[in-house]
Amino acid sequence: MKQIYLDYAATTPADPEVVQAMLPYFHDAFGNPSAIYSYGQEAKNAVEEARTKVARLIGARDDEIVFTGSGTEADNFALKGVAFANKSKGNHIITSSIEHHAVLESCKFLGKMDFKITYLPVDSYGLVDPQDVKKAITDKTILISIMHANNEVGTIQPICEISKVAKEAGVYFHTDAVQTAGHIPSNVKELGVDLLAMSAHKLYGPKGVGLLYIKKGTKIMPFLNGGAQERGRRASTENVPGIVGFGKAAELAGRDIDSEAARITRLRDKLITGIQKNIEHIKLNGHPVKRLPNNVNISVEFVEGESMCLNMDMSGICISTGSACSSTSLEASHVLLALGLDPVKAHGSLRFTLGKWTTEEEIDKVLETLPRIVAKLRAMSPLYKK
Amino acid sequence: MYSEKVMEHFHNPRNVGEMENPDGTGHVGNPVCGDIMEIYIKVKDNIITDVKFKTFGCGAAIATSSMVTEMVKGKTLEEALKISNKAVAEALGGLPAVKMHCSVLAEEALSSAIDDYLAKNPDKNTDTLRKLHKTQHAHLEEESE
Repeated sequence: MKQIYLDYAATTPADPEVVQAMLPYFHDAFGNPSAIYSYGQEAKNAVEEARTKVARLIGARDDEIVFTGSGTEADNFALKGVAFANKSKGNHIITSSIEHHAVLESCKFLGKMDFKITYLPVDSYGLVDPQDVKKAITDKTILISIMHANNEVGTIQPICEISKVAKEAGVYFHTDAVQTAGHIPSNVKELGVDLLAMSAHKLYGPKGVGLLYIKKGTKIMPFLNGGAQERGRRASTENVPGIVGFGKAAELAGRDIDSEAARITRLRDKLITGIQKNIEHIKLNGHPVKRLPNNVNISVEFVEGESMCLNMDMSGICISTGSACSSTSLEASHVLLALGLDPVKAHGSLRFTLGKWTTEEEIDKVLETLPRIVAKLRAMSPLYKK
Repeated sequence: MYSEKVMEHFHNPRNVGEMENPDGTGHVGNPVCGDIMEIYIKVKDNIITDVKFKTFGCGAAIATSSMVTEMVKGKTLEEALKISNKAVAEALGGLPAVKMHCSVLAEEALSSAIDDYLAKNPDKNTDTLRKLHKTQHAHLEEESE
């Protein structure tokens, strides 16, 4: 059975062109970029070419890009790096309650290190109110971290408005753009951010490489101490094949961004309306319009998410859920609960994330399969009364 | 992550559905944790002659519900009360550690259905059963701690 993969927000397959671009750097051009002989310089040039490509995608300068080992590392770097470098100025950080764990757990960590963290609420669509950000700023605030778009419900935040607030107050602004860069316009100047985190494997690049954009002049502590790689900000021998793959992925994403976003948005909306038409008691989670082109998040009332995912998998469809049952804790997704969903609806959530290889036929197959599975599980549910 | 037996019961659950005029009903779990189980039993001459369940929950919750109903059908109430969550999990070829609470829930649902039956039938000579039931509950409280 051919699998239908609809979990592109979790990870994407590397584009074959990306894989091709990476291959020479495992064996033939294997050199350490820090070495002065030609093997080293060849690798060094490849890293710098990749840097130019990713910088171009987000409208940054080459020297504002620091390659990291992942998006999570980039978020950790931004939060901890800015916090520790600006401690003399203040100890207050503002973030939202629906951030990725990479940001939330970094904040929690900083909270134990004498930093004060404000977790802003969101409305029922998952939107942060820029006025709430403004009101939360004190003379001790050193950093605001609000994600560009949410990984679970796909809501796109008013980053430009928030960056204006941050700028007026003279506070650094970081955004986690792991779900957006390469998928929707994410130009750092237009967004007005000082820091931005990205991950390669969310845009058809390899796993194990991410980056942090750091606007020139931003005060930040080095993240890893050691050699002088990445201008002394992140020591480690460069992941040359990974970085080259990231560069290629960024180049392809930049080239295809408009056409892909339009194509995927149409499929997304077909999936949303189709589900709402074919199944009763469905709730769309997240914002109907301020939404990632590839994200569909719904709550199917009276049934639990994991049991739907397992059944969908049996039919060859890979999707995810915000139900507790898919995690080690027994609580449903912090994002869905922050949007104000009751626990049953949060446990009954499904996330479909579309991508480059998603076809109309696949969406049709989902629309045909899901109602059957929901009916089977609802017949089993003590909460469902016809 | 699930054994073949769990997946088999999950896809073809036994004894699903409601029961008209059950002799005992057990309702356990809560929506916050994402699992709700209901078990209905028919009892004749101290024997569970029929059993049905309805479950809102994950794969493990559905599989443990199905398995416990299969294990208990045709058993005396004494035998039924001795079925532990571990026995349910073992019969399913094991459960992932994070899903063991589902087997506890299945045992609780059954126990609560028997409890309901005993409460509705105070005239029956059920003293020993009541005692047995109490011990069972003590063990469940330990599990949940």
